[in-house]
Amino acid sequence: MTSQAVDEIKIGGLGASRKRVEDDRFIRGKGNYTDDITLPGMLHMEILRSPLAHARIKSIDTSRAWEIPGVHLVLTGEMMATRNLAWMPTLSYDTQAVLATDKVRFQGQEVACVIADDPYIAKDACEAIDVEYEPLPVIVNPMQALAEGAPVIRDDKENQPDNVVFNWEVGDKAGTDAAFAQADVVSRLALHYPRSHPSPIECCGSIADFNRATSKLTVYMTTQAPHIIRAAVALVAELPEQMIRIISPDIGGGFGNKVPVYPGYVCSILASILLERPVKWIEDKSGNLISTGFARDIYLDGEMALRKDGKILAVRMHTESDHGAFFSDAQPSKFKIGLMHSAFAAYDIPHAHLTARGTYTNKAPGGVAYRCSFRVTEAMFFQERMVQSAATDLGMDQAEFRRMNFVKDDDFPHRTPFGFLTDSGQYAKCLDVGLKAIDYENFRARQAEARKRGKLLGLGISTMTEPLGAGNSREYDILGIKMFDSADLKVHMTGKALLRTGARGQGQGHETTWAQIVAHELGIPAQDVVVEEGDTDTAPFGMGTYASRSTPVAGAAVAMVSRKIRAKARRLAAHLLEVSEEDVEWELGRFYVRSAPDRGVTIQECAMAAYSNMPDGMEPGLENTAYYDPPNLTWPFAVYIVTVEVDPQTGVWDVLSMVAVDDCGVRINPMIVEGQIMGGLTEAYAMASMQFITFDAEGNCVGSNYMDYLLPTAWETPGFELHSEVVTPCPHHPIGAKGIGECAAVGGPAAFVNAVIDALDGMGVRNIDMPLLPDRVWEAITYRRDVSGAPPVRSDD
Amino acid sequence: MYPSRFRYEAPRSLDEAVSLLREGGDDAKVLAGGQSLVPLMKLRFASPELIVDINNLPGLDYEKQDADGTIRIGALRRHASLERSELLKSRQPVMAAAAPLIADPIVRNRGTLVGSLCHADPQGDWASVVTALGGQVVAFGPGGRRTIPITGFVSGPFQNALAPDEIAIEAVIPAPKGTPAGGYLKLERRVGDFATVGVAVALEMSGGTVIRAGIALTGVGGSTISAGEAAQALTGGPLSAQSIAQAADLAAGAANPRTDHRGSAEYKRHMVKTFVARILSRADGGATVAERAA
Repeated sequence: MTSQAVDEIKIGGLGASRKRVEDDRFIRGKGNYTDDITLPGMLHMEILRSPLAHARIKSIDTSRAWEIPGVHLVLTGEMMATRNLAWMPTLSYDTQAVLATDKVRFQGQEVACVIADDPYIAKDACEAIDVEYEPLPVIVNPMQALAEGAPVIRDDKENQPDNVVFNWEVGDKAGTDAAFAQADVVSRLALHYPRSHPSPIECCGSIADFNRATSKLTVYMTTQAPHIIRAAVALVAELPEQMIRIISPDIGGGFGNKVPVYPGYVCSILASILLERPVKWIEDKSGNLISTGFARDIYLDGEMALRKDGKILAVRMHTESDHGAFFSDAQPSKFKIGLMHSAFAAYDIPHAHLTARGTYTNKAPGGVAYRCSFRVTEAMFFQERMVQSAATDLGMDQAEFRRMNFVKDDDFPHRTPFGFLTDSGQYAKCLDVGLKAIDYENFRARQAEARKRGKLLGLGISTMTEPLGAGNSREYDILGIKMFDSADLKVHMTGKALLRTGARGQGQGHETTWAQIVAHELGIPAQDVVVEEGDTDTAPFGMGTYASRSTPVAGAAVAMVSRKIRAKARRLAAHLLEVSEEDVEWELGRFYVRSAPDRGVTIQECAMAAYSNMPDGMEPGLENTAYYDPPNLTWPFAVYIVTVEVDPQTGVWDVLSMVAVDDCGVRINPMIVEGQIMGGLTEAYAMASMQFITFDAEGNCVGSNYMDYLLPTAWETPGFELHSEVVTPCPHHPIGAKGIGECAAVGGPAAFVNAVIDALDGMGVRNIDMPLLPDRVWEAITYRRDVSGAPPVRSDD
Repeated sequence: MYPSRFRYEAPRSLDEAVSLLREGGDDAKVLAGGQSLVPLMKLRFASPELIVDINNLPGLDYEKQDADGTIRIGALRRHASLERSELLKSRQPVMAAAAPLIADPIVRNRGTLVGSLCHADPQGDWASVVTALGGQVVAFGPGGRRTIPITGFVSGPFQNALAPDEIAIEAVIPAPKGTPAGGYLKLERRVGDFATVGVAVALEMSGGTVIRAGIALTGVGGSTISAGEAAQALTGGPLSAQSIAQAADLAAGAANPRTDHRGSAEYKRHMVKTFVARILSRADGGATVAERAA
C-alpha cells in the first residue's frame, strides 16, 4: 500500500526548522508587553530606593510628596505594616521586606512608593520624601558576614543570632574521607563565581487593576510563572483565588529574573485596591539591576582524590554562598543550594561529599537560576575547572583525563557521585566530535610552536550535564507546590486548534514548537494550531517557564494531550468508517481501515464529526487537558571547546574558535535549538569575559546600569561552530526531547576560562576569577599568581 | 526616561541661543547630540532648568579646510560624518582613524565632536585626539568669537572654559607641517564602553624626523592629560627604539590613574606605556593605527 500520511516536515512537525511565529509581531513592533498596556484611569507608581546598603531608618517624612499636585498615594513600610504587608514570604521560606520599616539592608532596597497621575510626577514626589538614615557597618561578602562581631543583618528575625542562612550537606562523608586517604595525588581549587544578573531587556513591571464592583483583581505582570504568582497573591494578600487573574503578556526576556515576587508587584496591587484604579509600575534599568534577582555570587572550593594513573577516586566540595539581605532563591524546597550536587554527573566517581553554607550580606536578594537549572551553572563551572586543575596536576592530557573518567555509554542508568540517577549519555562521542572539529592534535602542536615565539595560545574543554525539567513531583516542589505541568488542547470542528499550557514563553518560541508537537502527534499542520499562554483565567495550572523545564514537562504534556485527542478521534474514525476501533490504523494525519488502507478519514474529518456526527452515547467535542508529572529529570549533555590567544603585554584575549557539541535528544525545531545554543554561548562568553556586579566597601553596587553591567555586542561575540550529530533521545520523554535553553550558558564559561588558564600553562597560575578582564589576566601573567575577583572591588581608598 | 521638569527652547539663531543661555545662567545647558547630557538627565544626575537645543542653528554642520590647511569642524557635525570624511582621511588620518572608535554606531549617529569636547569627560576620546593634535575650540558669546586652545578649554573633569552664556561652535585643527602619523589606541571592556585607557599620538614627520609630536591620555586621570614631556622627547629626531621607549616611559609617568573596577592604577599606567610604544613603533613611515581593545 502507498502511505497517504501527511509529510511531517511540510506540516511543520517534529524536526522542521519552522520560522518562529511570534517573531512576526515582535519584528513589526506589534508585541504587547506590560508597558504597552494602558487602562482607563490608570495611575503610575514609582519606587523610592535606599541609597545606603545598611542603615537604620530614623524617620520617613512624606509630607512634601503628598503636597505635589497629581500625587494620589504615598506608601511606606509603616502603612504596609498596618495591613500586614510590610514583609512577604520568599520562595525559600524566608521573609523579605516589601517596604523597609526598621532598616534598609541593601542599596536599592524599596523604601517608599508614590502613585501619581504620571511617572514624572511620581518620580518628583519620590525625591520629595525625606528619609533620615543612621548608617550601619556594611557586609559585602560571606567572609565579612561570618567574622567575629559582624553586625547581624537580619535582626528582624527571631533565632537569628548571626548571618548564617543555612548549613547543608549531601553525599558520603565517610567514603569520601576513606578515598582521600588512599589517594596518590590530591588536587585543590578555590574560586569565586561572581554575582551576575539575568538582565532581561524588558525590566519588571505590573499593572494591578482592582475592580471594586466585581471584587476581581486583574494583574498584568512580567512573570515567568503566572500561576505561582496567583497562589502567592491569594496567600499574601488574602484574596480569594478565583477573584485573582494574572496575565503575563509578551515578555521581553526573563532568564530567571521574572520568577520571584517583587515588592513592586505587591505595592501596585495594594495601591490599586486602596485607590480602586489601575496602577502601573514599570521598573527602570537601574532598579532592575540593583534590586531584583541576581545569580551566582558563590565561593567554591574543593579537592579531588586521584590515583596516579588518572582515575578520580573522590571529590570534596564546599560552597559559601552570598544570598544578600533576604534568602529568596527560587529553587526546589528540598535543596538549599539548588542542584549544586549535580556536579560531576559526567564522571564516574565513587565517592563525593558536599558541604554548603549560605550567608546574609548587605546586597540585593535573589539567587535566581539565571539561564540555569538552580545553581547547575556554578556546579558545572567548578566541575570543569577542577577537572582541568586535576589533569594539570597529574601531567595528563586534558581530553584523555576526561575520557578515562567519563561515565561509559553502557553504564547507564548511572548514579551520580551525589546521588542523581542519570539515564543516558554518550560523553566520549561528544568529546570526539568536538576534538575533531577543533583539530585538537594540530592545535596542540601550533600552541607549542607559538609559545617559542612568545605567543600564548590556549585550549579549554568543558563538559556539561544539566539536570533539566523539574520535577518529578516526588523530589521537586516550590513552596510545597509540586512541579508538574499541563496542556489543554481544543480541536475545533474545522480541524484547527487552540493549545494552552501552564508554561509561559519569554523568547523560547513556545508558540512555534508546541504547535509542532501537536502536528507530530495529530498531523494537524502547525500553522493551524494557535498557542496561548500566560493568562491564569484560561490556561491550565502550571509551574511556569524556567530551568529549561518547558519542553521536558509542558512539552510532554502537549504530546500527552494530543494523544488523548487522538484516542477519541480514533473512536470517531471507527464510527465514520463503520468498522470497529480495533480495525482502525493510524498514520500521520489519517485513520484508515487496516484491511482496506485506501478507506480512511483525516484528523480534520474526525474533528468535524466530533461536533456534527458523533456516535450515539459519545460526549461531543474534541477537547482535553493533560497534566504531566515526569518520571525523572532529562539529562542533556554537551562538550564545549574554545581556543584563545592571550596578549601577554595587555592581558587582552581573543577567541580563535569555539565548538559546541550539544546532545539535547530529539530536536523539535532545530533552528530554535541552535538559536538557544548560540544565545547561551554568548551569555557564557559574557560571564567569562566582562559581566559581573560587584560592590565597593560601602555596599554601593558597581554595575547598576548598562555602561557598567556589560552585555556583549556582535562586535565582541565570537563565532560558534555548532554540532548536532550526537543524539541520545530521552528514554522517558514522550517524544525523546530534553531541555536545551540553558545548557550552553551553563557549560560554556568553564571552556573560556580553561582556555585562558591553559594559555598561561607553566606560569603557576591556577585560577583567575571571572570575568577575565584584561587587567586580571595581565596581573596573573606579570606576577605569576592567581587573581581573585571577590568584592569589595579594589580601589585607591 | 523621567528627567526633572525643564524648559525647552530651540532657537533659530546663534544670537538667540546666546541670549537664552544668558537668561538661564548656570541652570541652562546646551543640547547638541545629547549623548552625554540626556543619560545624565535620565539618571537625574543633571537637572538643568533650561535646555537650549542648538540643532536648528544654521551653518554648524560642517568639516572644512582653510586655504592654509587648517581644518574646522562645526558644532553640529556628528561623529558618523567624521568617520566617513574624505577630508579627514587625507589630511588628518589620526582623527579619521579615531572616529570609528567613539562609542557605538548609534551614539556616533547623534553625538558631536564639539559636544564631546565641551562635556570634558576624562574618559572621552576626542579631547585626547584634539589635544594631541594641538587643536582649539571657538566659542561664541555676547562679546563675539574667541579661540581657546584645547588644553585650556578642558579645565577639569566635566568642566570647560566656556562662560555660561557662551556656545562652543567649532573645533579647529591646525594644518600639519609634515606628514601626519600616529593613532589612537583604546582599551575598552566592550564596544560602546568608555575607555579604560586611551592613548592619542599625533606626529608630523619630515624626512624621517619628527618635527612635531603630541601625546594625550584618556581615562588615566581626573581630566584629559597632555603628555608634553613625552611628546618633547620625540621632537627633533627620528623614531628609534630608544626614543620610543623614553616617550612611552614619560607618558606613563604623566598618567595619574586610579584603581577601580576597570583595573589597577599600575595596570592602567602600564597600558599607557604599551599603547604609546605600539603606536610609535608602527608610526615610522607615516602609518596611522587605531584599534579597540588593542
